[in-house]
Amino acid sequence: MNYKSLGKFLSYKLIRLVLLLVAVSLISFLLIDLSPIDPVKSYIGEVSVSPEQVAKLEAFWGVNEPITTKLINWLGNLLHGDFGTSLIYRVPVIDVISERFFASLTLMFSSWLISGVLGFVFGVLAGMHKGTWIDKAVKVYCYILLAAPTFWIALILLMVFSVDLGWFPTGLGVPVGKLAENVTFFEWLDRLILPAITLSLLGVAQIAMYTRDKLVNVLSDDYILFAKARGENGWNLIKRHGIRNIILPALTLQFLSFNELFGGAVLVEQVFSYPGIGQAAVAAGLRSDVPLLLAIVLFSTLFVFCGNAIADALYNFVDPRIKEGESSE
Amino acid sequence: MSEELLKVSNISISFIQYGSGLKQNILDVISDLTLDISQGEIVAVLGSSGSGKSLLAHGILGILPSNANLSGTMHYRGEPLNQNLKEKLRGDEIALIPQSVKFLDPLMKISEQAIGDCTEEEKEEKKAIQREVFEKYGLSKEVDDMYPFQLSGGMARRVLVSTALLSNPKLVIADEPTPGLDERSIKETLNHLRQMANDNVGVLLITHDINAALEVADKIAIFYAGYVIEIANSSDFTGDGEKLIHPYTKALYHALPQNDFKLTEGHQPLHDELLKYCPYFERCEHPTDICHETIPKLIDIGDKKIRCNRANEFKTGEF
Repeated sequence: MNYKSLGKFLSYKLIRLVLLLVAVSLISFLLIDLSPIDPVKSYIGEVSVSPEQVAKLEAFWGVNEPITTKLINWLGNLLHGDFGTSLIYRVPVIDVISERFFASLTLMFSSWLISGVLGFVFGVLAGMHKGTWIDKAVKVYCYILLAAPTFWIALILLMVFSVDLGWFPTGLGVPVGKLAENVTFFEWLDRLILPAITLSLLGVAQIAMYTRDKLVNVLSDDYILFAKARGENGWNLIKRHGIRNIILPALTLQFLSFNELFGGAVLVEQVFSYPGIGQAAVAAGLRSDVPLLLAIVLFSTLFVFCGNAIADALYNFVDPRIKEGESSE
Repeated sequence: MSEELLKVSNISISFIQYGSGLKQNILDVISDLTLDISQGEIVAVLGSSGSGKSLLAHGILGILPSNANLSGTMHYRGEPLNQNLKEKLRGDEIALIPQSVKFLDPLMKISEQAIGDCTEEEKEEKKAIQREVFEKYGLSKEVDDMYPFQLSGGMARRVLVSTALLSNPKLVIADEPTPGLDERSIKETLNHLRQMANDNVGVLLITHDINAALEVADKIAIFYAGYVIEIANSSDFTGDGEKLIHPYTKALYHALPQNDFKLTEGHQPLHDELLKYCPYFERCEHPTDICHETIPKLIDIGDKKIRCNRANEFKTGEF
């Protein structure tokens, strides 16, 4: 590997990331300021308070100050690593994020892995046996899943496997009445499986269709014909020339799908009451938890950006056509 | 006389094409093709580009697309060449030199590709053979670890030629090995083919480059509208073309810049015009009634083959 060009690539990406984060924070701050969200009202909730107390709270939070002052205050605090305090959880935002993000990352990573592996395998099988019943079965499966809404699939699975069959709990990250620290690994896993499967199902469809098309294309390429003319055939031919040429684009697509993964997680976590970042995002939005909402926006931006950057890096540093091409310059 | 390697008799290759609605068209790409190749002999199949000559190579190797229909018989050293035997021989006794670097896997290193699919035990031995053959063709050690996109045109050509020779084949099929190459690379490639023939390998050269065919081949099969209309010796292409028999071959010869540069009107019938009569009828200067009624058979005249109703008259030079 060429360290110099890797360094160049990383510093370029870092600058892009900083610019992106600045832009995203400015825009989301502006949008929230323009929206009818009232942080004081959401802080007070159902408690009855006098107008004087409301005025005091408004003064304390600087509700009526100009947007520039508010923005500078918020950004200044951000630079010190202070994301503020969540209004609905009443703890520092950064604590909510770290706890929720960990739960979500486990969910997203496991379904990302499952969908990637299964999707790739299905895609290769369908592509290899183009036109046969295997191909048709994979295609029908993919079309149905691509057409069905995520939350609907989540509900169906929940009804079948949790309610009717009783194989899995209906939701929540830990059993009711148990402290999070006391949860065993299996209790935790038990609650992860169904949401993870739901989230995988969709990812499978996309990667399988893509892999299938890519393999069908590759198999009609001249070099496959030549490999056959040289006596290669069967699975070895697919392995040596087919998989070699589709693995990188498939991996790239899988990394580029981080945004869909996140979007899917929001819905799935909601249906399964899984205590992840997606659920927190919905709660923060519905209940006007401004600091938490802004922090979630920033962290999800970072998450999606990482996926895209990895996809970029794969192309630049793994594909020999680009890698060798650059180093020989 | 050297041993006959490949005998192709009355081969036809057609495709079924779906037109609008349920209409099916049968597309005859190669019709009634007969030729043979012996050890140490270079036989050129000469036809215009896009005429489907490559399918002959694919037919011999058994790698035609699944919607292609192959009829006729082939024999390899006296044995019927069926799909099983094709699969056994290809990449071993029968090797292909493909058209371009596009026939190499873009993501595989040259040496690994040339060696091909083999077990770990075989690898070392094959690697040594590969190095030896590459060395012979002036390909340095660095080439082994290169990817196809890093090869220059001439290098790629030498890689393709030497790759074909790794298995020590008895029959080499060179499919359009010269287009897009500069004068020197063409010469070099043709020399390689000549060298193979000198080493007693039979070479089937599929090309649209008449100069290349004339320079290196022993026999030239002229391909016209899917039919072989004449198989002449390349030594016949001399003087005023008086040794050539078929009027198309003569016209082709006279059309060469170094000869008369004379153009014959008309064009070749297309594949989808189903022919019921001599494919050259419309352009022939000496057609008779019979020429418009049947497709002439390929007949032997001396050591040559002609597809013409009036071959004997042409041969005696009546015209």
